[in-house]
Amino acid sequence: MNPKLSNKIANGALYGIAGFIVLILAALLGYIIITGLPMLNWHFLTTPARAFTAGGGIGIQLFNSFYLLLLTLLISFPIALGAGIYLNEYAPNNWVTNVVRTAIEILSSLPSVVVGLFGFLIFVVQFDFGFSILSGAFALTFFNLPLLTRSIEESLAAISNTQREGGLALGLSKWETVTRIILPAALPSILTGVILSAGRIFGEAAALIFTAGQSAPALDFTDWNPFNISSPLNPMRPAETLAVHIWKINSEGIMPDAKAVSSGASAVLVISVLVFNILARFIGKRLYQKLTSAK
Amino acid sequence: MRKSRWIQLVIVLVIVVLGTAGYVTRKTTHADMTITAVGSTALQPLVEAAGEEYSGQHLGTFINVQGGGSGTGLSQIQEGAVDIGNSDVFAEEQKGIKANRLVDHRVAVVGITPIVNKKVGVKRLTTAQLIKIFTGRVTNWSQLGGRHQPIVLLNRAQGSGTRMTFERWALKGARSKPAQEQDSSGMVRQIVATTPGAISYVGFSYADQSVQAITLNGVSPTDENVKTNRWPIWSYEHMYTSRTPGPLTQRFIRYIQSAHIQRTLVKQLGYISVADMHVSRDVSGRVGEK
Amino acid sequence: MDKKLQEQLLKKSKAAKLERLGRGVSFSALLLITLTVFAIILFVASKGLSTFFSNHVNFWDFLSGKSWNPSVTNSHGQPEVGALPMILGSFIVTILSAIIATPFAIGTAIFMTEISPRRGAAILQPVTELLVGIPSVVYGFIGLTVVVPAVRTVFGGSGFGIFSGTFVLFVMILPTVTSMTVDALKTVPRYYREAALALGATRWQMIYKVVLRAATPGILTAIVFGMARAFGEALAVQMVIGNAALVPTSLFAPASTLTSVLTTGIGNTVMGSMQNNALWSLALVLLVMSLIFNLVIRLIGRKGAMPK
Repeated sequence: MNPKLSNKIANGALYGIAGFIVLILAALLGYIIITGLPMLNWHFLTTPARAFTAGGGIGIQLFNSFYLLLLTLLISFPIALGAGIYLNEYAPNNWVTNVVRTAIEILSSLPSVVVGLFGFLIFVVQFDFGFSILSGAFALTFFNLPLLTRSIEESLAAISNTQREGGLALGLSKWETVTRIILPAALPSILTGVILSAGRIFGEAAALIFTAGQSAPALDFTDWNPFNISSPLNPMRPAETLAVHIWKINSEGIMPDAKAVSSGASAVLVISVLVFNILARFIGKRLYQKLTSAK
Repeated sequence: MRKSRWIQLVIVLVIVVLGTAGYVTRKTTHADMTITAVGSTALQPLVEAAGEEYSGQHLGTFINVQGGGSGTGLSQIQEGAVDIGNSDVFAEEQKGIKANRLVDHRVAVVGITPIVNKKVGVKRLTTAQLIKIFTGRVTNWSQLGGRHQPIVLLNRAQGSGTRMTFERWALKGARSKPAQEQDSSGMVRQIVATTPGAISYVGFSYADQSVQAITLNGVSPTDENVKTNRWPIWSYEHMYTSRTPGPLTQRFIRYIQSAHIQRTLVKQLGYISVADMHVSRDVSGRVGEK
Repeated sequence: MDKKLQEQLLKKSKAAKLERLGRGVSFSALLLITLTVFAIILFVASKGLSTFFSNHVNFWDFLSGKSWNPSVTNSHGQPEVGALPMILGSFIVTILSAIIATPFAIGTAIFMTEISPRRGAAILQPVTELLVGIPSVVYGFIGLTVVVPAVRTVFGGSGFGIFSGTFVLFVMILPTVTSMTVDALKTVPRYYREAALALGATRWQMIYKVVLRAATPGILTAIVFGMARAFGEALAVQMVIGNAALVPTSLFAPASTLTSVLTTGIGNTVMGSMQNNALWSLALVLLVMSLIFNLVIRLIGRKGAMPK
């Protein structure tokens, strides 16, 4: 077969594959959003859930999901960033590093229920945090670290070595080179990693059932003092997230409109992830422009 | 550079001041005003709803209700990590639990019924037929007078309270052959409703229009038949405490067993009130007059 | 004067101090992760091994037994804990879904980085990122309402089985594998491509012979992560695979995976009992199997990689 022909065939095949994927993904998203759309209104988004009567909303769960995401990222991002920098910039290429890498990859294959039970025994029972957002955030940190570390490491590796040499040639120390030159340049792809992991945090249920709990006590949205039990900001209160709520009403829900609430909540979840992605990209772009003076 | 230092300092100061102010003005909740109940997902809605009502009436108390399964509830109450362990089964029936260290509080009764897909064409079965179906000796609905359709068995997960009750009282102790398993009632109902030839079992409150409930030995699955034990497939919902429960735990359990909750929430959630039962049953299965 | 000068010269500069601090901080972050990983592995291992040491279950019976019924003892007075059906189920579903997902993921990634970066960035990237956030329950429900009936009408049987599980997993791991493959392709330096094109290669030759080869280790990592996700996934698979502890005989008969049995059973057993330990043994098998996967892929990667 001559190279030109194979080039054409490959080209066509790639277009076909990409088109097919877009089709699957679009069908999936369309299905979720269209089945959930009839439920979406202000009332649904703001009222608390009901246990056994129709007309419940997802207000508290929605807030919990975002709050938990924020806390988890606050804990896991610095750790993953540090580990990613060390692995890519400092770690010698020997068997110890390889063992560490393998260990991190293995962690990501653990079923989330195992991570959840580990978090339950350590944080909820041993450290006496109880069923709380904090326990949930720590459990999700375990869950989130492998993927995040790996993607930060890859993003750093993608920055060409000439940039590092440039920094060193200007008399910067290695650490300064990394923080001032490499990190800003790698920002867009680090952001992709964060967004991907944020999506997983949003959608995770099994790890949270035993840690953040599956009940959403009423919150007082006028009370922003984090030390009060009914305050939305209190990290020590039990908090059911949106994904856990979807899981719960699908498995044991007895409200008459369980199916509608479930599809409505799924659509809200997908839209939240979308909003989060757009926001993160927008902020990331501004930050990137500011840090690298790129246009 | 200077300016950004100042801004950082101000931000830190503001956080510290707000933090202390918040801590000083917090509403103090005493440790003995919060209790945690963990366990059975089937019982969770009832305890949760009752807990909300109770907290509404007694300001400052907080009832934290979580699921996790009957096994989790029993092992955590045994460890002393929680105040109440919710369970679908007697503690004696659960392996690894020292039941004499726990106190049983029966708060509701739940009836369980076999359900089948609506299109199998069978509405009545006998116990012998049911056993044949679940042990795999009958494999097609036509053998039972229904349509020509292979039987698809669906079980609850091993160790689940519903499955233990069903195997004990509906299959007379016979073990189901290995088959599909699901771990929640909602999922079981969904699968039975959509899979041709499917049969499984759920609590009464889950048997809705989408599936066909079975009349067993001529007795239909109703609350009235459970109360007289004519329908034998039912179980208690238990709330286990330690031998020396705290004051709030005691008060809360009395509240759930009170006539008010038994007459309102218990019924609304599809359970049968313990007070309405004409018979009682102990762990060994002996039925007595009440 | 001399002394002062000496002091000035020997004193560590601010940058050097910062360097040590930064290195220390980033090292401790890595250390923290490593310690947690080993803590979890140790935890799972100690729980999982107690089935064999304190409950005296024969290790080979566990691996090769075909019936899973931990609360029932067989004729030898041993509990029935044969994990073979689940091990096979997990293995087949994971491998199949990875085999199907890989060409699609690589194809899409090439499309996004080499053929049409603009459209890739505008449509494909946001969509793949969005899909990662869909909870597995939702995937499972769509599988149950769309995939299972479709399989039932096309292939017969009940519709539950390995085929349906594979399909759902394929869609689930696709975004992860694709976006990580994109990252891997982006790490290939531009001058590789330019050099290949300058030598007269067509675009496909450049992609196939240079870019893909150079990115092989990264792509393999992407596949490992995808397989890891497929391996550890429980809720969605459990809803469509049928979740029956039977040795799989066909792609369309109900089967089960390690994770689905683990997840359904763990809440119904009591911590420390034999039934509970047996479930932790399943988790341990999962860990060991993913370790093996990992090593195999690394070996392949080392052979396929271009020398740097």
